[in-house]
Amino acid sequence: MAKLLVGRFHRLERLACLLAPLLAVGTVFADDLVVQAADSSGEVKIANFTFAPQTLTVSPGTTVTWTNTDDIPHTVTAEDRSFRSKALDTDDRFSFTFTTPGEYTYFCSLHPRMVGKIIVKAGDTKP
Amino acid sequence: MKTPDHDNLPSEDDDGISRRGFLECMTWAGTGVLWMVNDGLPRSLGLSSAQAASAVKSSPLTFLQISDSHIGFDRPPNTDALATLREAVAKLKTLPGKPSFMVHTGDISHLSREKEFDDADQLIKEVGLPVFYVPGEHDVLDEGAGKLYRERYGKGSKGAGWYSFDQDGVHFIGLVNVVDLKAGGLGNLGEDQLKWLEGDVRGLSASTPIVVFAHIPLWSVYPEWGWGTDDGARALSYLKRFGSVTVLNGHIHQIMQKVEGNVAFHTARSTAFPQPAPGTAPAPGPMQVPAGELRKWLGVATVNYVPGKKNLAILDAPLMG
Ligand SMILES: [Cu+2]
Ligand SMILES: [Fe+2]
Ligand SMILES: [Fe+2]
Repeated sequence: MAKLLVGRFHRLERLACLLAPLLAVGTVFADDLVVQAADSSGEVKIANFTFAPQTLTVSPGTTVTWTNTDDIPHTVTAEDRSFRSKALDTDDRFSFTFTTPGEYTYFCSLHPRMVGKIIVKAGDTKP
Repeated sequence: MKTPDHDNLPSEDDDGISRRGFLECMTWAGTGVLWMVNDGLPRSLGLSSAQAASAVKSSPLTFLQISDSHIGFDRPPNTDALATLREAVAKLKTLPGKPSFMVHTGDISHLSREKEFDDADQLIKEVGLPVFYVPGEHDVLDEGAGKLYRERYGKGSKGAGWYSFDQDGVHFIGLVNVVDLKAGGLGNLGEDQLKWLEGDVRGLSASTPIVVFAHIPLWSVYPEWGWGTDDGARALSYLKRFGSVTVLNGHIHQIMQKVEGNVAFHTARSTAFPQPAPGTAPAPGPMQVPAGELRKWLGVATVNYVPGKKNLAILDAPLMG
């Protein structure tokens, strides 16, 4: 049953993308979507000067939390500066909630070779 | 201090210093290493302190380099970066020669906190010399992206904190390559600073010795770890016509030396913690060394300029050994 709902949701979402993203909220699946969004979280670990996973795909409304496990501070800085952490010392965390679908590339402003990406895609389910 | 038992001095080969030679010097637990650079061929010589003293006594201009003090860092292999800075300051006071001033090539603090800068300043002023700073990426972490640094150290500087000055016929240039870094890139000087640099050296005669100092190496040490500066080559292109150019950097927490044409590059040790040699670890974080050996990996440098000699002599002195 759940699987079916997801499948239908996907189709509906594709249609919604063509019209307006908010259309989906107005459907019979609105509650599912809200619950899914409220519960969603994603984790990115910063270790050995890399973001892992380097690319993370989440649904809109997901809060992503970065944790720095290195002995050296890092930052999480969106290329378009739409989000930006302070310097994260060892074990410090930074969270940001992604509401708008799109691709968000980010990097560490201290070590700019460190790059990562969050893909916010409606209709995605947690793995 | 005793002369290092180092029977196999690195030999100079055609392209300058050999990698083997460089590694030997890096792990050398003896006294200082004097880098003599003549006609483009660098040689490192093991020195007794008497030799070092005579090497620098003939020099009319001596200055000191200190780097990467990372005050606030408190994790292995060094839980007290302030204590090792204190030892470095003590070391600087005993180095031979009469230094005119000191340069600090950045990462004064670990997290750009007022207290970290305060603690560093308290100690560094005990050396009793004027200090010329450039910021490291750890010094520009405040909300204002370096505002705290500039308020404290940037008087009379331009832009993000760059400047130049003259001393005993040598033209010194402090550059900033740690702000406004671009995703996927390396250290960055930026258009404004490059324009300023071009103008700054325009009126100088080609025989003026130039010393450039900046935090991140201006040359490509190891781009995979971000150890290089995207527009460093452009900065160096403005210095091509000068007979003697010395580039002093920090950031990589280890000694590295290279000569390319008229330019001698040198990086200094940190006073806080060592970092691994390029590619020898998964990442360039602090290198773990036995507690008893930490001070062999930390150190300071003395730089000597003798008028008429093309190249400056750099003496790297470890905190212990
Ligand atoms: Cu970083
Ligand atoms: Fe550093
Ligand atoms: Fe650095």
